[in-house]
Amino acid sequence: MNEIEEEIIEEFSLFDDQMDRYEYIIDIGKKLPPLEAKFQANDFLVQGCQSKVWLHAFAKDGRIFYEADSNTAITKGIIALLIRVLSGRDPKEVVNYELTFIDGINLRSHLSSQRSNGLSSMIHRMKAYASAFSK
Amino acid sequence: MAVSSSSKNNLPDWAYIRTDFPILHQKINGKKLVYFDNAATSQKPLSVINAVSDYYERYNSNIHRGAHYLAQLATEAYERSRQTVAQHLNANSEAEINFVRGTTEAINLVASTYGRQNIKSGDEIIVTEMEHHSNIVPWQLLCAEKGATLKVIPVNDKGELLVEEYLKLLNNKTRIVSVAYVSNALGTIHPVKEIIEAAHQAGAVVFIDAAQAMPHMKVDVQELDCDFLGFSGHKVYATTGIGVLYGKRELLEKMPPYMGGGEMIKSVSFKGTTYNEIPYKFEAGTPNIEGGIALGVALNYIQLIGLDQIAAYEHELLLYGTETLSSIEGLRIIGTAENKSSVISFLINNIHPYDLGVLLNEQGVAIRTGHHCCQPLMDRFGIEGTCRASFAFYNTREEIDQLAESLNRAVHLLS
Repeated sequence: MNEIEEEIIEEFSLFDDQMDRYEYIIDIGKKLPPLEAKFQANDFLVQGCQSKVWLHAFAKDGRIFYEADSNTAITKGIIALLIRVLSGRDPKEVVNYELTFIDGINLRSHLSSQRSNGLSSMIHRMKAYASAFSK
Repeated sequence: MAVSSSSKNNLPDWAYIRTDFPILHQKINGKKLVYFDNAATSQKPLSVINAVSDYYERYNSNIHRGAHYLAQLATEAYERSRQTVAQHLNANSEAEINFVRGTTEAINLVASTYGRQNIKSGDEIIVTEMEHHSNIVPWQLLCAEKGATLKVIPVNDKGELLVEEYLKLLNNKTRIVSVAYVSNALGTIHPVKEIIEAAHQAGAVVFIDAAQAMPHMKVDVQELDCDFLGFSGHKVYATTGIGVLYGKRELLEKMPPYMGGGEMIKSVSFKGTTYNEIPYKFEAGTPNIEGGIALGVALNYIQLIGLDQIAAYEHELLLYGTETLSSIEGLRIIGTAENKSSVISFLINNIHPYDLGVLLNEQGVAIRTGHHCCQPLMDRFGIEGTCRASFAFYNTREEIDQLAESLNRAVHLLS
């Protein structure tokens, strides 16, 4: 998993300007495959203060896969990055995984400390799914 | 202080006044800070900042009871501030000025004392569809406790109150009408004088939430003839954690205390306790002394600039901001009342306000995004929230240009 995180950090290191980093996050979000309408329901909602994320997970061949959508472009990019790192892994691995790329892409102060985008709730929910699929 | 040395043609020198606010002169994310979140909280002039440090450096002491010199100085400063507030609001007496933590506490105080004492099952309380949650929830709690009903004055598409609907809601069961003077989310200035007059004719008392009015205009409680009025210090250039509840003397005197403790008592025994005179009856415990003092300093400061001058300049900013933002493609302003304070709430196409807020912050521009604690109002407009730029007298046209430029760049990224 470290490789993917390193990859992300390297991609972001190409930008000097924060606005360019955000543009990149937004573009990553735009490429996230659409989430089926039935998963855009309250049962799948991770509520930030302002933004909403709908998160669904399923297991296939002993691995966990995530699908998500958000009503804000930046949050959608963040969840897309989380999915890129955590999707397709052994759920046991995900449960205890310490994410490092958020520190590495120079956006931590903007992303993690704000409850408004619900980053920690997203990670928490992803690990909760992984935990359920580990049993 | 810059204020005193204003003037060409007797107009304040706004650029010079801006130098009174040290916080404004910094860069955020490498860009000049543009602070347009004044409706959430205002920045503080040096005179206010200095008043707080002066208090702690020279005369910090508990008030009212100490016989020593410092206690005397602190008590005098605190009580002088109460007089300043009374004069500023044109209250009959400083006994009608109760220091509280802020508008929220002022509303809760009235709901818990006057409300509990006077509201009974079947009674009605009226608020508006555009109230801040803090002017809804205390009344909902009271209604639930007493079996009373909360009635709501609707608003039109421009964000103005439908006064004719209000008049229909009034009847002999109406006990309390509680409305904002100025809407925090949209900036609409409500016709409170008319609202108060009609409520009085129906036999109801009126609470005015003046949190968003105090920084921008003259507020005269005798002219309005409101029964209660609350505001927060931090929105009117003073510090956080201090605010005022104004109440008419005859009402305050009949009300039971809000909290029990020191200061609010005359004498305490296990046979029975007697309460202090107003306003002390409502001021249990050691108060926010430096906040009270700072509030007086802040009100003196804006009086020195001139409230009419402030209103006129901020209106100019509102007009310029409305014109400038309206030229952005896809931007629509939510709240286009005829009578508005310097607040512009807006949305651009289908872009979520949060995205715009983050990208503006990256460019040094601070605005507020979200529902502004007005979820019923957002529901009325069928939206989740807005972007809100709110201007103060230290803001400039150049900053509005910077907002527009930053918005254009953000929209470009998000489209």
